[in-house]
Amino acid sequence: MLLKVDHVTRYHYAPAVRGVVQSHRLTPSRYDGQKVISWEVTVTGGEKGGAFRDGAGDWVQAWTVKGPVEEIEVRVQGVVETTDMAGMLKGHRETVPPEAWLRDTPATEADEALRALADSARHDEPLSYVHALAFAVAGAIAYKPGSTHEHTTAAEALALGEGVCQDHAHALLACARHAGFPARYVSGYLFAAEDGTPHEAAHAWAEVHVPGYGWIGFDPANRCCPDERYIRLGAGLDAREAAPIRGIARGGAAERLDVSVSVAPPVAAQSQSQ
Amino acid sequence: MTTYFNEMFDGKSVRDPYARLGDWMATMPADRRLEKQAEAEALFRRIGITFAVYGEGGDPDRLIPFDMFPRVFTNHEWGKLERGIKQRARALNAFLVDVYGRAEIVRAGRIPARLVFQNEAYERAVAGFVPPKGVYSHIVGIDIVRTGPTDFFVLEDNCRTPSGVSYMLESREMIMRMFPELFRENRIEPVDRYPEALRRTLASVAPAKCDRDPTVVILTPGHFNSAYYEHSFLADLMGVELVEGADLFVEGGFVWMRTTEGPKRVDVIYRRLDDAFIDPLCFRPDSMLGVPGLMDVYRSGGVTICSAPGAGVADDKAIYTYVPEMVRFYLGEEPIIPNVPTWKCGNADDLGHVLSNLKDLVVKEVHGSGGYGMLVGPKSTKAQIEEFRERIKADPANYIAQPTLALSTTPTFVEEGIAPRHVDLRPYCLVGERIELVPGGLTRVALREGSLVVNSSQGGGVKDTWVLAE
Amino acid sequence: MLSRTADNLYWIARYMERAETAARLLEVGARIALLPSAQGYRNDWDSLLRASGNAAGYAAKYGAPAEKAIESWLFFDRDNPNSVASCITAARENGRIVRTALTGQVWDALNTAFQELRQLEARRASCELSRLTDWTMKQAAMVRGSIDATLLRNDGFNFLNIGYYLERGDSTARLMDVKYYVLLPQLEYVGSGLDNDQWSMLLRALGAHRAFHWAYGGEITAAKIAHFLILNPQSPRALITCVAGMANHLGRLAKYYGRETPAQPAVQDLLKMIETATVETIFDEGLHEFLTRFVGEAARLGAVIHDSYLSGDM
Repeated sequence: MLLKVDHVTRYHYAPAVRGVVQSHRLTPSRYDGQKVISWEVTVTGGEKGGAFRDGAGDWVQAWTVKGPVEEIEVRVQGVVETTDMAGMLKGHRETVPPEAWLRDTPATEADEALRALADSARHDEPLSYVHALAFAVAGAIAYKPGSTHEHTTAAEALALGEGVCQDHAHALLACARHAGFPARYVSGYLFAAEDGTPHEAAHAWAEVHVPGYGWIGFDPANRCCPDERYIRLGAGLDAREAAPIRGIARGGAAERLDVSVSVAPPVAAQSQSQ
Repeated sequence: MTTYFNEMFDGKSVRDPYARLGDWMATMPADRRLEKQAEAEALFRRIGITFAVYGEGGDPDRLIPFDMFPRVFTNHEWGKLERGIKQRARALNAFLVDVYGRAEIVRAGRIPARLVFQNEAYERAVAGFVPPKGVYSHIVGIDIVRTGPTDFFVLEDNCRTPSGVSYMLESREMIMRMFPELFRENRIEPVDRYPEALRRTLASVAPAKCDRDPTVVILTPGHFNSAYYEHSFLADLMGVELVEGADLFVEGGFVWMRTTEGPKRVDVIYRRLDDAFIDPLCFRPDSMLGVPGLMDVYRSGGVTICSAPGAGVADDKAIYTYVPEMVRFYLGEEPIIPNVPTWKCGNADDLGHVLSNLKDLVVKEVHGSGGYGMLVGPKSTKAQIEEFRERIKADPANYIAQPTLALSTTPTFVEEGIAPRHVDLRPYCLVGERIELVPGGLTRVALREGSLVVNSSQGGGVKDTWVLAE
Repeated sequence: MLSRTADNLYWIARYMERAETAARLLEVGARIALLPSAQGYRNDWDSLLRASGNAAGYAAKYGAPAEKAIESWLFFDRDNPNSVASCITAARENGRIVRTALTGQVWDALNTAFQELRQLEARRASCELSRLTDWTMKQAAMVRGSIDATLLRNDGFNFLNIGYYLERGDSTARLMDVKYYVLLPQLEYVGSGLDNDQWSMLLRALGAHRAFHWAYGGEITAAKIAHFLILNPQSPRALITCVAGMANHLGRLAKYYGRETPAQPAVQDLLKMIETATVETIFDEGLHEFLTRFVGEAARLGAVIHDSYLSGDM
């Protein structure tokens, strides 16, 4: 499936800041499920810094913007051809071994409730176990935009019983790691025209390392494994680590953020804009 | 009653390396000694050497006691130590490059994957990266203890930023100034080339993108840090800038320092700051001490960070027990200086042994440092032992145990005159394009009678360390 | 040189000079207290506090001016950032930070001042005022002397001197202003005998009493004093000497770095303001107004120097 992405993030600083440094994981992963047809990231007034492929296989591109600066626009535009791999991350090259993905972070630490949730889904066969974990998480946390925030932990989201894709992914990571599976947070894009929720076009899910299969994606928010509607960007131990854009402004001014994302087949995107 | 090896008096006679010191000591009047001791202390205070070694914290204006009686090695003794230290530094670096690459040693089953990859000090952010010249740990501080004429053991490795080297240099300066006659009578290998050797080592690992004489800086957490004196001392002797995080910034693919002439590019950063603080964009977002974006520049070859982020995975006490295995695996050699036998409480068999022999053992926390969180069995009360027993049982994997070592003693000036006190040794091995070891190190001495704990926070002092020329 | 290092050096100089100013204010106060005053003893102390630049801080802590409290405030009090103790501590801390840019002698002088200060603090009750002021002058001279005698004539030396001259010009202007504006606001006292006594005392406090007589001789008049402290390039604390000193060291910096910054034209502007002034134009404008204008312009110059060299944001 061809997917066209147009992702714009605008940062407003008041008063102007002395400079901005950003680290981007904004390039589609190289694996058998996706092929980049075209891809470009631009930063207004930005200078490209170093770039490299990190141990997890993600392409990292650094940017700096000289101050004084009041507004920055990060724009991602491109077309990717995707294939349904039933969630399997085949043909992805990475140095970091699965064992390194067993570590907890504050956002993904399993409390008693998360451990109980994980134990309730226990299954002898690993793949079935992980599927059961994903369903358990989907059942325990109802999708409700606005109920949680950026810093909500997995344990808090479960206690609340509501959340968004970030909370689902965090909860699944906590459960999977508790069950002994290496697991990681994945950020990317989702073509979600069917259910008409454009804000979910910038999406997140989890990958779990299952013995005999390798890394498999699970999207509890949509009760499925990533297919041809998904574009994978990068991974981390939690949302903060896997963020497509990490940035710091020098000068400590108040920051305001506007994001707009559209992901759709190229023709549909054109007709929408006309 | 344990007998301790006295490095000066071998039974009734004076051992060779100390022969001339014996006369010196015998002929020095007590009042001259006291006068010199007071002079040394006043000098240290005036120069402002008031810092804690090994990041032990404490009062920043505290002086560490300086003992004027030198500790002496023969050229032959040092030769063996030097080979052993360099061997170990090489193996530790080979291990670091390996575990951040294909991790062959783990695949070969020689070290458990869990110990490496679930280690707090394993940095996923540097996986897949080979630093310039394949060096992760550029200054390896290896703590060594002695129990007999030819018996040396490695107690601990320090691959991150071992401190205390300024004491090695200042102690020597002090002794040369106060007792110049000793240097005429004894042929002592100089240590004052250390700063230049360090600068050369750092310059030799300049990043791929550096196409000129590299600019080296020392990055300090700031003047409130207890080791600030050492940072500024080294910067001065090396002739490089001492910078704080706020003096540096990232632009384009490089790191720059703010100077009165505008931005100046920096190629090599010798940081005296923990991994967690060096880049708020990559690690702790609340760190005010680091440089945002530094890690991306590092990974893309725009700057070299010494020691390399992630180097700490090699000097963990749990990893320590596998260092001899590293020497065999990477170098195909037998370790020249062995480890102290160590029981891992995480192993059920070892745990049983440890718990039934607590009164004879030294038990340490795997991640602890500075002599805290430690049980010295023979020196502890029954209640202390029982309390520690519960702590071990609660979290066995967090503890290792070692036999109580009969640490060697050297003569030390004490209130009543001269008496034997226990010592250890930390040499500083430099690893860059070449591997270098300045003949000397920091000798720490437990000033309390009978004490085996040499940490300055627990009543330890320092001595000048001599290596005699052939 | 690191911008922060230059900043630390600049502030070592400013703090040492400021410590000396605080000591001079104390000395002026001590002498004022021995003389009859036009408006009473209390107002004289009050004016000193205003000259020290932090009268509000004193009022908040001690309330009404009192001799002992003011002595303590100007010398020992850490709540007063301009006290001798605060300034010497800050100068030494700045020195500790940039030890690599100092010689052993300069560090020794700074550190000795700090160590002795701690001893004075330990027995402050038994310290005579005159000994405290003498001690401060001596420490300032030791630091200054070791800088002049041992430091390389490089950019750091220029930043130190710029700090000294800027602070000194500022303090001369403030000390004069105390005399002219605060002590004797009413016109009828100007030119009176009392006025001359107190001007004379001001000269003493500035360590310039004998120098003044050598240079001018005869009766002390306001015009002569204004000339001496503002316009006479022979006078070490005159505003013109301070500004010319800054111009000299900024010029050397431009040469050293091979590049000019906005600081060089800015110092020339200030120099011109003084060089073109005469005693007549100053008194026409009003001494207080002139001094106020100078203090403002000097502060602006300080900001330009900061932006051009010390902030690191170029």
